[in-house]
Amino acid sequence: MFVLILAFGCVAAVLPALAARIGRGVFYVAAAVPAAAFIWGVGAYGQIADSGPLIEQAAWVPQLGLTLGLRFDGFAFLMLSLVAGIGVLVFIYAGSYFHAEPIIGRFAATLLLFSGSMVGLVLADNLLALFLFWELTSITSYLLISIEDEKTAARSGAMQALLITGMGGLAMLGGFVLLGEAAGTYSMAELLARPPSGAVVNVALVLVLIGAFTKSAQVPFHSWLPRAMNAPTPVSSYLHSATMVTAGVYLVARFTPAFADYSLWRPLVISFGLASMLIGAYRSLRQHDLKLLLAYGTISQLGLMMLLFGVGTKESIFAGCTLLLAHGIFKAALFMLVGIIDHQSKTRDLRKLDRLGAQWPVVAAAAGVVAASMAGIPPLFGFIAKEEALGALGETGFAWGVPVLIGVVIGSSFTVAYSARFVWGAFGPRPVSMIPHQGSVRNEAVGQQVPKPSKMFLAPVVVLAALTLLFGLFPSLIDPVIARAYASLVGVRAEDHLALWPGFTQALALSAVAIGAGFALFWWRLRVEKLQDSMPKVASAQRGYDRTVKGLLEGADAVTGFVQHGSLPIYLGVILLTMIVLPGVPLLSDGVMPDLWFADSPMQVVVGFIMIVCACAAAVARRRFAAVLLVGAVGYGMAALFVIQGAPDLAITQLLIETLGVGVFVLAFRHLPADFVRPKFRRSQGAQIAIALLAGVFVFLFTLFAIGARTEPSISGEYLDKAYSEAGGNNVVNVIVVDFRGFDTMGEIVVLAVAALGVAALVRAKRSPAEVEP
Amino acid sequence: MTPRRSVILDLCVQAEFHTLLLLSLYLLFAGHNQPGGGFAGGLVASCAFGLRYVAGGSSALSRSISIPATTFLGVGMLFAILTGCVSLLTGHEFLESAIFSADLMVLGTVKTSSVLFFDIGVYLVVLGMALLLLEQLGGADGTDPDEVQP
Repeated sequence: MFVLILAFGCVAAVLPALAARIGRGVFYVAAAVPAAAFIWGVGAYGQIADSGPLIEQAAWVPQLGLTLGLRFDGFAFLMLSLVAGIGVLVFIYAGSYFHAEPIIGRFAATLLLFSGSMVGLVLADNLLALFLFWELTSITSYLLISIEDEKTAARSGAMQALLITGMGGLAMLGGFVLLGEAAGTYSMAELLARPPSGAVVNVALVLVLIGAFTKSAQVPFHSWLPRAMNAPTPVSSYLHSATMVTAGVYLVARFTPAFADYSLWRPLVISFGLASMLIGAYRSLRQHDLKLLLAYGTISQLGLMMLLFGVGTKESIFAGCTLLLAHGIFKAALFMLVGIIDHQSKTRDLRKLDRLGAQWPVVAAAAGVVAASMAGIPPLFGFIAKEEALGALGETGFAWGVPVLIGVVIGSSFTVAYSARFVWGAFGPRPVSMIPHQGSVRNEAVGQQVPKPSKMFLAPVVVLAALTLLFGLFPSLIDPVIARAYASLVGVRAEDHLALWPGFTQALALSAVAIGAGFALFWWRLRVEKLQDSMPKVASAQRGYDRTVKGLLEGADAVTGFVQHGSLPIYLGVILLTMIVLPGVPLLSDGVMPDLWFADSPMQVVVGFIMIVCACAAAVARRRFAAVLLVGAVGYGMAALFVIQGAPDLAITQLLIETLGVGVFVLAFRHLPADFVRPKFRRSQGAQIAIALLAGVFVFLFTLFAIGARTEPSISGEYLDKAYSEAGGNNVVNVIVVDFRGFDTMGEIVVLAVAALGVAALVRAKRSPAEVEP
Repeated sequence: MTPRRSVILDLCVQAEFHTLLLLSLYLLFAGHNQPGGGFAGGLVASCAFGLRYVAGGSSALSRSISIPATTFLGVGMLFAILTGCVSLLTGHEFLESAIFSADLMVLGTVKTSSVLFFDIGVYLVVLGMALLLLEQLGGADGTDPDEVQP
């Protein structure tokens, strides 16, 4: 499994170079990787039927006891087949969607990286590994939404998606850590087998749910999903309908058997899920951009899945698994259809599209099939999923079962209405909507002479439409897969079986009600629109997001303005005072004065005297250049002291540093006046002088006390002993620098390099202000 | 007022320049057993280029070296990191040293350690930093206010 995940990364690495040679053929190369993953999954599926889940482990950070565990079970297979199967189709589709744009190499590589992250996400058993892949999908999603980076809307949409899902991901990480610490293991399988208890678990679950809700675009975190529609359509079809947004649902599905009976779980998941289902479907009815219509529909469907898994009864989990698969199939196909329409006719506004169906019978038929599947119309797979859902919710046995069921039926009727709106809007005659056009867009019809899509372009859609029909007519084909997914979640074999004709049940009646009501809503769509218009505007999630971001930026500005006011004397004063006070207080209370002696040799006295004179002279020097030279002289004196003490290495380094330092100072000082500015004495300068004197005295005392503070024997003896025997060097200073403390040196040279680049950037910025100003 | 170029300084620097570079290399390679090392070596080399700058201004500096300073920084870091990674790949800890000795017939036995490569990295980074500062603060791009006229 590790090899599988790595294969995605390795192939992605060569795609950009390949794209430069073979153009959009690169998508077909990329498609081979998810295809391989799918084939591997099918093979491994046979194995787990015989011998239980496949487990692979690798040490990650052994010092911290972290193990990277992967686990392949029935539910992972269901998710993997969605991710890999739809992945293959999306890559083939993208091969026709794009022309020879320069971005395709980058695009194909990022999409493949996403695919690999998603495969990792569904295979991960270790919670931290899951988090890692989770964030990788967020990041690749960000890159994919903003792939056309010259578009402002794409960039801000990408940023919104990243901020919201990233925030949720962080909350989820917090939840994972709390759970992992409470359970003593980060393995999801072990955690779910023996769930921890206590108040901390409730907090952890809320945090995990925030992660799941943001990722699956649940109300009120849903605002990023419609804005993510600025991405190219293959991305919307793959990430933002079929796979990535179901990650939150996936997590809830994994957790629900173990945690459904905790006090907060059901109320939270069910209320958020139901709210998302209703609000998403309601908003979808108003959209005239086909892609946005589907985006709100996705929010609604995700809400239903969330709700089903959140209820957590055996039947509802079974229904949730079915809907997960059914939704992936029909929603990916619908997005691909929008992409085709957009690509061929250059619009996806259903007020402009006119009678496309007459020209494109095959497309229209495929669209009819998948949209009917979304609406839950027999004999399609979506119908079976919705039957299962309604059946499961009808027999929960909870007091709130009936209101939730009613809510779901209302949501389903909305779903029927927006499905009809989609098909009619795209392929039927106008008018579908009364919503006026804004701006200068003329109300012109698009529908005549639209070029037909190529067969290759259409093939993925047809495959998905055929699947949704096939699984609808012969549910026994897919039943074992769903049953195994269910069994690996719940731990017992499924008693339910998928069936096209379950007999005259309550669910069937409710389905009929939903379909009838949905068509009625569609029939009177113009009145429904008017009604929606007359509703008072309630709080919009988009505005909430905008305000939050604005508030955050303004807050940051205010803090920066307070902390960074730009006065050099105050900066220096604060730094020096902190340095004096923090170590100074314990120094005076606990410090031990060492035994003092005058000097080791007369040379020290001479050199020391010279240094003192130079230091004093530097403090009172009038000219900058003189001050620098005097400070340099103090440094040379220090080098002389090193020589006297028998430390040639230190002396060499000190000498060279001083030489170079003086040179650099001189270069920098050319830009300043030759003399120090000497204003008349003011009161504020009194404080400055006091701080400067205090700092000097402090450094002096600190050095003295530091010598006297040794309690352990010096480490230098050991270094001297081991320098030759272990590192093969006679020069112990050099051995320490490059070997014993090599890591420190590594850090230091990085700092050196960064500082040099920083100075270069500053100088350059000052030199040409016109070029750096935005 | 344009400062004139000092002939004496110019000639001295020309005579010293290569000697200083040789000295810096000596310090670099001798460092493991005698005073010196990558840091000191890098500083000596930096001083050599500093002298070039003092004598001839930034045009002399850019004539004496055509490789950009940032390349030194990058290659130096690469040397240091790769040294660490090689020991990691051979199953040791990051930056763990290994000692090689080679018999070079007439020249006798030469013994060295893998940290030499790390030290070369330090040398290059120090030199790169100094060159970058000279370039930027000294104005190698022709905006040097004190540009010395030959």
